[in-house]
Amino acid sequence: MNKYLDSSPLVTPISRRRFVTGIMSGLAGGAALAGLPASAEAPQASNPLPSELRGNQFDLHVNYLPVNFTGRARTAVAVNGTVPAPVLRWREGDTVTINVTNHLAHDTSIHWHGLILPSNMDGVPGLSFDGIRPGDTFTYQFPLKQSGTYWYHSHSDFQEQRGHYGAIVIDPAEPDPVAYDRDYVVLLTDWSDQSPQDIYATLKKEGHYYNRRRRTVGDLWEEIRQKGVSQTWRDRKMWNEMRMSDRDIADVTGYTYTYLMNGQTPDANWTALFKRGEKIRLRFINGAAMSIFDIRIPGLKMTVVASDGQNIEPVTVDEFRIGVAETYDVIVEPENDTAYTLFAQTIDRSGYARGTLTSDPRLQAKVPAMDYAPVLTHRDMGHHDMGMHHSAHAMSDMPGMDHGMDHGMDHGAHSMEAMDHSQHAGHQMPGTKAGNNVGNNIGTTTGLGLAGYGSNAPVEHLPSEYGPGVDMRAFMPANGLHDPGVGLRDHQQRYGRKVLTYGDIRNLTPTLDRRQPEREIQLHLTGNMERYMWSVNGIKFSDAEPLIFKYGERLRVTLVNDTMMTHPIHLHGMWSELETSDPEYIPRKHTVLVQPGSTISYLVTADAYGRWAYHCHLLYHMPGMFREVRVV
Amino acid sequence: MKKFTQTVSVICAAFATSVSYANTQIHEHQHEHHGHSEPEPAHTVEPAPAYQPHHPEHVMNHEVLLTKVTIDQLEARQHEGSALEGSLWFGGDLNKLWLKTEVEREEGETADAELQALYSRAVAPYWDLQLGVRHDFKLQGGDSKTWGAISLHGLAPYFFEVDTALFIGDHGDTALRLEAEYEILFTQKWILSPEVEVNFYGQNDPTTRTGSGLSDIEAGLRLRYEFTPKFAPYFGVNYEKNFGNTADFLRDAGEHIDETTWVIGLHAWF
Repeated sequence: MNKYLDSSPLVTPISRRRFVTGIMSGLAGGAALAGLPASAEAPQASNPLPSELRGNQFDLHVNYLPVNFTGRARTAVAVNGTVPAPVLRWREGDTVTINVTNHLAHDTSIHWHGLILPSNMDGVPGLSFDGIRPGDTFTYQFPLKQSGTYWYHSHSDFQEQRGHYGAIVIDPAEPDPVAYDRDYVVLLTDWSDQSPQDIYATLKKEGHYYNRRRRTVGDLWEEIRQKGVSQTWRDRKMWNEMRMSDRDIADVTGYTYTYLMNGQTPDANWTALFKRGEKIRLRFINGAAMSIFDIRIPGLKMTVVASDGQNIEPVTVDEFRIGVAETYDVIVEPENDTAYTLFAQTIDRSGYARGTLTSDPRLQAKVPAMDYAPVLTHRDMGHHDMGMHHSAHAMSDMPGMDHGMDHGMDHGAHSMEAMDHSQHAGHQMPGTKAGNNVGNNIGTTTGLGLAGYGSNAPVEHLPSEYGPGVDMRAFMPANGLHDPGVGLRDHQQRYGRKVLTYGDIRNLTPTLDRRQPEREIQLHLTGNMERYMWSVNGIKFSDAEPLIFKYGERLRVTLVNDTMMTHPIHLHGMWSELETSDPEYIPRKHTVLVQPGSTISYLVTADAYGRWAYHCHLLYHMPGMFREVRVV
Repeated sequence: MKKFTQTVSVICAAFATSVSYANTQIHEHQHEHHGHSEPEPAHTVEPAPAYQPHHPEHVMNHEVLLTKVTIDQLEARQHEGSALEGSLWFGGDLNKLWLKTEVEREEGETADAELQALYSRAVAPYWDLQLGVRHDFKLQGGDSKTWGAISLHGLAPYFFEVDTALFIGDHGDTALRLEAEYEILFTQKWILSPEVEVNFYGQNDPTTRTGSGLSDIEAGLRLRYEFTPKFAPYFGVNYEKNFGNTADFLRDAGEHIDETTWVIGLHAWF
């Protein structure tokens, strides 16, 4: 059972401030040495909350806003004077008109993330329109053909990192299949006092700059003590030869970030109220620039009812990972008059966003300690089999010591599951002739895997993947479908928490487009952490031709992650229909997390003419890991 | 001399490889499934997208050009000595302009000062090939000297930062320099950095007091404290020893052929 179940009802009266984050003190120390005032002024107790706007006519003003999240005054980019931007509450079936006026000194834009709309309303400068010049007003107008939780953000420069994001809630035209008494938007983001341009430049100069958990002599000593010199040498060998760190989990960390929940720091403690017996719908949105969060509410089960705005068959979990740009709606039913902590720790455990769900505004619950910080394994390098063998070794030598090593075993077991077709593909040796593969077919005339079951094509690395911009290739990628992800894989065994995986998600209503895919595109997510270059198939956006989708076609996209990072991949304009081995109830997503060294497949119906963006939603990966999709 | 020739051929091979990478990258690689016997029709006809932007470069495709200045070592040494080792690069992901400098002062006088200006091209995930010139400034009655420089710079397996450089003077003089540096983290902030530099020359040159073969080795051990990763004072020890004919030249001039000094300094970059 949840370790914090017993402690969460431990309710304490609110003390106004404890600390910004533990990490901030480190920065302050540096600043003090450099002769800067460490703390010019106290951070504002709480940033004003966004308003909720209803109707179908809106005027949005993009402007600069003075903010202070950490004790230092900074300038954010805000919409209508708040960070986050106002919650837009719409109704399915309406046509909305939004006048966006740019009061910045630079171009801006708004992209309506996850909405199905005409491409000229999608808000991507250079693809959908020219962007909004300083002083100009652009009028967006589109019909709402869907309901659920979505969000909007700038698609210009790095404005998203500076506060230009907000939630969208579209109430369904038909009665909502999800019953709830009240709902709250929970928008998670990452704030830095450093400018995004500065962060990007820093990463380009020193890719590991924000990783403050690098291996030390102490770690090595501990490992040698546990395993002996020769086993330690063997275990470190691959990482040393590849010049990579198994602790490289997040590019930008709590070293510079303060994590916000609805614009509030952990200390400001965003608070939502409930009455006992109510069903509360929490609409989680990850609007962060670079941070993947793991969410739980100690003491409460969460029933996930929607993913990326789309209703799914309810799944009850204790914890789930939300990739950048994903949304999840959960229902919680607090049974007592007490307080609960909404806890969103980052994937690398360098910080957390936090809020409180309480029956009494004077109460707050204990904030749990963060979980152990994950360590990457061979699996995350796309050496799936190797990972299994090594884990067997490691387990016999030092039972239960290295969490990382457990994962390989864990997933060895997963791969045994039936219907895991991609797995077969993954085991094809590179260079195997495609034709030898027909044995893997399950009855399609084209040789493609059946709709809903994913790819059975071999993983092939193109010559373009062998340049200076690509530092690794996954030769035996695992299937990412049932993988809870780095750092979550043993939470069931360790803490008894059920963690959501993509494999658990089934759409609430039957699949609409029942056709088989006509073709398959395999795209490799590639990069070089040391040089901080990101690309698709080793080719960055500016050097790439658009991907051409034929209007009306049903096709499969298979993503192969040739990096150690988890990438949230977002296709604009069309659904990414995740192949979870249930063709009848294929979930529709707009952003898909691709696990490190893994593959995942989804179907796309190219039913929207025009030019669409297709990219990794980690903000600083975007300049390279980006493609234009043209539907013609 | 044989070593030099080998190095040149290795470097040239690496450069040729890089050029072929560049050529293969131009193509778009849309991946057809094997089940299709017919390739996807080539989209030679420009599709009619809903929108044609006026500024196609407007999307986030900007390659930023950056400048990084690294003060590897700026230090005071025992016996009125001091030293600077630093670099500056300017450019994008694959192509950069590099400046490297090394200055050493002993007993209040500048003993060595050199500046390199190099065009740097990424040739492999962890390696840059660098071509340019090195200038040794005229000091202590010696002559100034200009060399052509070719260098392979990058991160070797096991995280050794390596710079291998071959220099060719205007009279066919040659020199080879190997540098390697490693970092040992005691904590995230306390970092011990051993490094070694070895110089070879292809000829005897009394004017610069360098002798054919292994000429000198410089080894250092510096412990720094990173207040921030960009600002780290350190202290340490530096050891220099001369060999062979170089040592003879120095002995003849009445100078020491080896020296160990304590150092205190600053490591920084921005």
